[in-house]
Amino acid sequence: MATPELILAHADERDLTRLGEYRAVGGYRSLERALELEPAAVVQVITDATLRGRGGAGFPMGRKASLIDQKNPRKYVVVNADESEPGAFKDREIMARNPHLLIEGCLITAHAIESRAVFIYIRGEYLAEYEILARAVEDARSAGLFGDVDVVVHRGAGAYICGEESALLESLEGKRGQPRPRPPFPPVTGLYAAPTQINNVQTIAIVPKIIELGVEEFVKIGVRSSPGTAVFSLSGNVVRPGNYELELGTPLRTLIYDVGGGIPDGRELKGIIPGGSSVPILTPDQLDTPLDYDSIQAAGSFFGSAAVIVVDDRCCMVQLALRAAKFYMHESCGKCTPCREGTRWLVQLLTRIEEGDAMQSDLDLLVSVCTRMLGRSLCALGDFAVYPVSSYLRKYRAEFQRHVDEGACPFGDESSIAGIEAPIDAHTHFPTVEVPA
Amino acid sequence: MTDSPFYDEVQELKRRYPDWRSATLPALQLAQEKHGYLSPDALRETARALGTTPAFCESVASFYDMLHLAPVGRHMVEVCTNLPCALAGAQRVVDAFEDELGVRPGETTDDGAITFRTVECLGGCDRATVVAVDERYHELVTPDKVAAIVEDVRGDA
Repeated sequence: MATPELILAHADERDLTRLGEYRAVGGYRSLERALELEPAAVVQVITDATLRGRGGAGFPMGRKASLIDQKNPRKYVVVNADESEPGAFKDREIMARNPHLLIEGCLITAHAIESRAVFIYIRGEYLAEYEILARAVEDARSAGLFGDVDVVVHRGAGAYICGEESALLESLEGKRGQPRPRPPFPPVTGLYAAPTQINNVQTIAIVPKIIELGVEEFVKIGVRSSPGTAVFSLSGNVVRPGNYELELGTPLRTLIYDVGGGIPDGRELKGIIPGGSSVPILTPDQLDTPLDYDSIQAAGSFFGSAAVIVVDDRCCMVQLALRAAKFYMHESCGKCTPCREGTRWLVQLLTRIEEGDAMQSDLDLLVSVCTRMLGRSLCALGDFAVYPVSSYLRKYRAEFQRHVDEGACPFGDESSIAGIEAPIDAHTHFPTVEVPA
Repeated sequence: MTDSPFYDEVQELKRRYPDWRSATLPALQLAQEKHGYLSPDALRETARALGTTPAFCESVASFYDMLHLAPVGRHMVEVCTNLPCALAGAQRVVDAFEDELGVRPGETTDDGAITFRTVECLGGCDRATVVAVDERYHELVTPDKVAAIVEDVRGDA
């Protein structure tokens, strides 16, 4: 593959976690260059590069920066390193293997919005990565690279919802991680009500590369509407799972077959979840979809966190939907009724279908619950809980129907995920009230 | 009480942030390290050091999966069962731990050594199944590797 590596460049040959090694390949030179520019000029570079957020929503980073009130003396940069979308492990690798690239990106961003405080919120489970990042921060600080900026690495404590930016800010303020109503958005009212630039690890890590290459060269990579590369996390039923940095716009087929080696054990491809468990599933006839924001959306799904999960024909889609639904029920923060109650309904209805106890009308009820949840909560979790369920049901309707018709799971015990347990199963607060017939 | 090493460490944490409140999670993590779990005493001590109430500390702690408000074993064994690990056969790993430990997910062994539970995605999906032992990842875990992992944990007990 002739993919220009930006984010993971040199990480195979050198131990880039060491400051000296990182500087030997030109590290922190983009920071020097950026500091010679006026802050507004740096924002302009990021805007001209059409850098879209790699965390999930794909919002242009430059537009976020342009919303920040430059005259406000108190402004913050927050890095969302709470990677917890099922299937995503790209930020983990970036932090473990190229932490200084992230730190350099933070310092450039801090200069761009004239902030003196950077907070990197890393999920609590990433202990090894926290240690690497914390040491890299200390090394960079000791080397005098921070100027008047301070960088604090802050550990989360286990909550998927804290990857949602407003919940993350609440959590960083020492509270329960419950999303805020918006507007106002974080660039206007963010951490401690101050203007805040909040971006995903990978987004911030690309910034030094844009400065290094220049906008003109950067936008030649990828596609016009989504320039650059992305690190794709490939997992599930595929021969060579792993993180692969590819140009945006690379066809899904290339990632799964050429890079990933295809489906193992002579099995058939059944579905592809292109952006982490929260996005609608794609079917094998959609393998030629280019992996960029607009193309995936045109195919009926989302770029999400570039976490591509491959599912082969051994998997029962009702079981897969149920396992996903249990995750979202566990992670719903409980603030909005449609999400808190709706996720429970999804789990109970899917349990009934999987166990062969469902009536025909339960399939319609499932669709109805999905419809009533969509777009009705403060954050996207309420929608994320719906997308897997509604898309599996739409695309594998016959399989759901067989569960009802046969009064049992047609896979018997042969599904690849038969009997899969979820954390919520062990919780005493699992509802004991049955869905009324 | 105000000059305990814990109290001093929490003051140090508070200084890192624009507002003391941001030190709440780090302080709770520190308290849990010290007490094993966030007992009523631990919550009182944390609240005093932060300058807030035990109720506030408990309301925050109860939101997060990695903070424990009830006693847990000296060691924690966590198996990821989210979609990518599930597709790689995580349930067989769960079953193997259950056999080896003699407890169900969510339970602690009788000797108080090991709490066993399933967890949501740990972000090691290309090296499924992922098992975290005291927050350290073991990757590419298959059922045949479970006995050795348990022996290792017990050796540390």
